[in-house]
Formats: sequence, C-alpha cells, structure tokens
Amino acid sequence: MSPPPTPLVEVRQLLFTRGSRKIFDGIDIDIQRGKITAIMGPSGTGKTTLLRLIGGQLRPDCGAVSVEGQRVDSLGRAPLYALRKRMGMLFQNGALLTGMNVFDNVAFPLREHTQLSEPLIRDLVLMKLHAVGLRGAWQLQPSELSGGMARRVALARAIALDPMIMMYDEPFTGQDPISMGVLVRLIRQLNDALGLTSIIVSHDIAETSSIADYIYLLSNGKVVAHGTAQELGHSGSAWAQQFLKGLPDGPVPFHYPAEEYRRDLLTSVVDR
Amino acid sequence: MLLAPIQELGRKGLDFFQRLGRGHLLFGHILAGLPALLPRFGLVIQQVFSVGVLSLVIIVVSGLFVGMVLGLQGYNTLVDFGAEESLGVVVALSLVRELGPVVTALLFAGRAGSALTAEIGLMKATEQLSAMEMMAVDPIRRVLAPRFLAGFISMPLLAAIFSAVGVLGGYFVGVGLLGVDQGAYWSQMQAKVDVYNDILNGVTKSFVFGVVVTWIALFEGYDAIPTAEGVSRATTRTVVHSSLAVLGLDFILTALMFGA
Repeated sequence: MSPPPTPLVEVRQLLFTRGSRKIFDGIDIDIQRGKITAIMGPSGTGKTTLLRLIGGQLRPDCGAVSVEGQRVDSLGRAPLYALRKRMGMLFQNGALLTGMNVFDNVAFPLREHTQLSEPLIRDLVLMKLHAVGLRGAWQLQPSELSGGMARRVALARAIALDPMIMMYDEPFTGQDPISMGVLVRLIRQLNDALGLTSIIVSHDIAETSSIADYIYLLSNGKVVAHGTAQELGHSGSAWAQQFLKGLPDGPVPFHYPAEEYRRDLLTSVVDR
Repeated sequence: MLLAPIQELGRKGLDFFQRLGRGHLLFGHILAGLPALLPRFGLVIQQVFSVGVLSLVIIVVSGLFVGMVLGLQGYNTLVDFGAEESLGVVVALSLVRELGPVVTALLFAGRAGSALTAEIGLMKATEQLSAMEMMAVDPIRRVLAPRFLAGFISMPLLAAIFSAVGVLGGYFVGVGLLGVDQGAYWSQMQAKVDVYNDILNGVTKSFVFGVVVTWIALFEGYDAIPTAEGVSRATTRTVVHSSLAVLGLDFILTALMFGA
C-alpha cells in the first residue's frame, strides 16, 4: 500500500499574537491535496489571519507554515512571490482594482507575470470569465457589479494563472440565495475540474458544510474540533454543537460578563 | 499621575520616530522600484495625466491671478520711484524664484497630493493592495512608484506653467491696464533674469517640492488606518504636512541659493 500523500499545506504549532491577544495558540492544521477544507469559527477568531499567514502576508511569532514543503514563514521575498503566483485568493469583497474594468482586472495577473500576446490574453480572460458565467460582463466597471458578480470576477482573476491552491475568505457573506448557490457550485466545480486544493474560511455553516471535504472549527486560538461534516455533527464538544446548531446560549454565553443583575439594578448611580 | 504626561510624551515621540522610519523605508522601496518603470513608461504617463494634467486648470487660473496681483502691487510701489519700467523684472523674479515653485507646490498638495492619499488609502481599505500582494505583484513598485515619478516630473512643469501664465497676468495688468511700456517690460525681464541663478534655482526648488509632496502623499495613503475615518485623517495630514514641509524647505533652499 502506498503511503498517504503529504498535505499541501501544513500548519504546525502556530502561535500568533496581536498586541497582548493570542490569535492562535499552538494550532495544527493539514490541508489535503485536491480537497476542499473549511476553516470555521465565530467572527474575530482569526480565520482571515490564518489565510494571510498561509499566503505569507503575515509572519507567525512561533511555529511553522509550509506550502508544498516550503516554509512560508521564513521564505525570502523572491521565492515567496514565486510561490504566490501558484496561489489564488478570493478576498471577502472581491478586492477588484477599481481603476480597471472587468476584463483588465482578470488580465492583470497575466499581463504582470507572462509575456503572452494580447490576442492570447484576450482568449484566456474570456475563458476564465466564461467559467464564472460573466463573459458578457467584460466591459463593466467594478462599480457596476453586484456583490456576487464582483466575487465571481475576482474568482476568475484568482484562477487566471492556474494556481495549485485557492483560498476563499468568507465567500458567502452578504450574498442573496442565488449568488450563494452560484458561488457554492463554482467553488466545488473549479476545485474538481482544475484539480485545485481549496481552503474556505467561513461561518456560513450550511453552505460550507455542503461542499467541504474536511472542516476545522476554531475558537479562542485553538482547534476545537475537526473532521468531516458528518463527524462534526456527532462531536462531543459542547462548543462545536452550539456553533454548528447556532444555539444562542451555551459555552459561549448570551450575556456579556457583568455584575449580578439584581445588585446592578439596585445600586444607584451615585454608589458606582 | 505625574508620570502620565511624560509617558504620553514618550509614546508620541516613539510614534513619531516609528512613522519617520516607515516613511524612509517606503521612500527607499519606491526608489528601488524606479528602474523597473523604464520599460513600462506607459504606467508613468497615465499618472502624469491624473497627477499633472488634471491639476492644470487650478495652476493656470491661480498663476494668472497671482501674476495680475504682482503686476498691480509692483506697479504701485515702483511708480513712487519712477521705476515702473522694471515691473517685468519684479514680476518675473518673484514668480520664478519664489511664488512659482512654492504656490504650485501648495496647490499641488491640495489638488493632487490629497487625491493620491485618498486613492492609495482606499485601495488599502478595500484590500486592493493586499490582493496585489497575493497576486505576487508588489504594490509599492506597481502602484506607488509610477505615481511618485509622475509627481517628480509634473511639479517642475506645473511650476513653469504657473510662472509663465503669471508673467502674462502681470503683463496684462501692467502693460494693458496701467500703461507700462511694453518693450521695457520684456527687455528688462530678459536682461535681468538669469538662467542659472534664477530659473535653474527655481526649477531645483520645484523638483525638491515635487519629491517631498508626492512622498508625503503616498506615505500617508499607504500608512493610513484602513477605515473611512483613517483615510480622511490621512488626507488632512497630507495637506498639512506637505504644506509645512514646502514652506520650511523653501526657506532652507532660499538661504542656500540666495543667502550668501
């Protein structure tokens, strides 16, 4: 029997602090090749920060982040940029360049990194836009696009250089049901058709669970649970159950820490 | 209690020097990116249009009025000494040595500098700069360096246009309205304005102001807190800091050029 393939992304004992706050406190994460891995957790748990650490935009205080065997946290500028050419990232709001139309946005990485002729770039851009269903929108300005369309254009731009890995930062936030459905289908289709490895950072449980092959749940700087969607459904962690079922009270309390209610009401303002 | 103001002073001092350090690192990074622009000079030309050409209207209109005021004030002073025929020299020297570079730099800071800061700050706030980094494109080289070079090229040209239009404004008031001799206006100007001492020094000033104003504008945008409030504060700082820097540097440069 052949040994299992090594993960494409390996995060080991990752420690990252911002000011005095520990964002990650020694987490381990494996992203398997060809799979869609979801990183889920409440807002403010550092999910986006994790993507930035994998992309080398931030450096950890301690621990290792490796992509295809290369230590991202200690790579020099030139090899890091070479690695990034093989990584695509979809930002939460699309992050389209506002001074350019849809066509030029998708053509941007091709023009920056290749010596291809304009007719070839045109064909490639139209193919990428066709893959996200927006070939007819190539002339539009970013300001003329809806939120969902902007994300699809950004997706076409992110896959322009045929990356090995795609990172999605909250792809479903603020989308109407149709846009959400389109994005869910696109992420799955692109992953399988292009042989990508995908990482989705999200707190939209239903949509993410429907396409993720493996899920990590993060809270307070730790990995609380991980497994397939089915395995997590049976997880013994009270926190995981509260998060997955969206319960208003539980390990994460409904009330912000405060003094005892009765005493608070009966204490006059002067006594405070 | 007593320590609080000292702590505050220390914190502000550290913040100031950290910003100064970041500003200089950015400047070095921009300069390192300039050679790569030569084969892609189209990027710079685009920025010369938005930084320079779009500032032309305000520069021309202001130059005209400043020249007209100089003509009027100069005439009123000179006529007391019967020296109104030297009006051309007074107008030209005032413009070429001082008002051209300085007023252009102040207007440039207000028109183009604030626009640069807002643009870069908003690109940061909407993650466009981060997206570029993730596409393996260095935003400092791709976005900031062409704008810097455009500011460096545009400022002396705008200052030259300001001075030229100002001389025409002075001519219009002095010769056209107040009856100064046309030949004297031009010939005295030609005889007394020196290419090296006056014009070249003025051009040097505007190159320096171009570097400083564009650098401050780009740094403020790049260093802005990526929120609406952060960008608005950065824009204000650009105008205030670059105006003060221009006026301070003008004194230093004038002292070096004409002081002895």
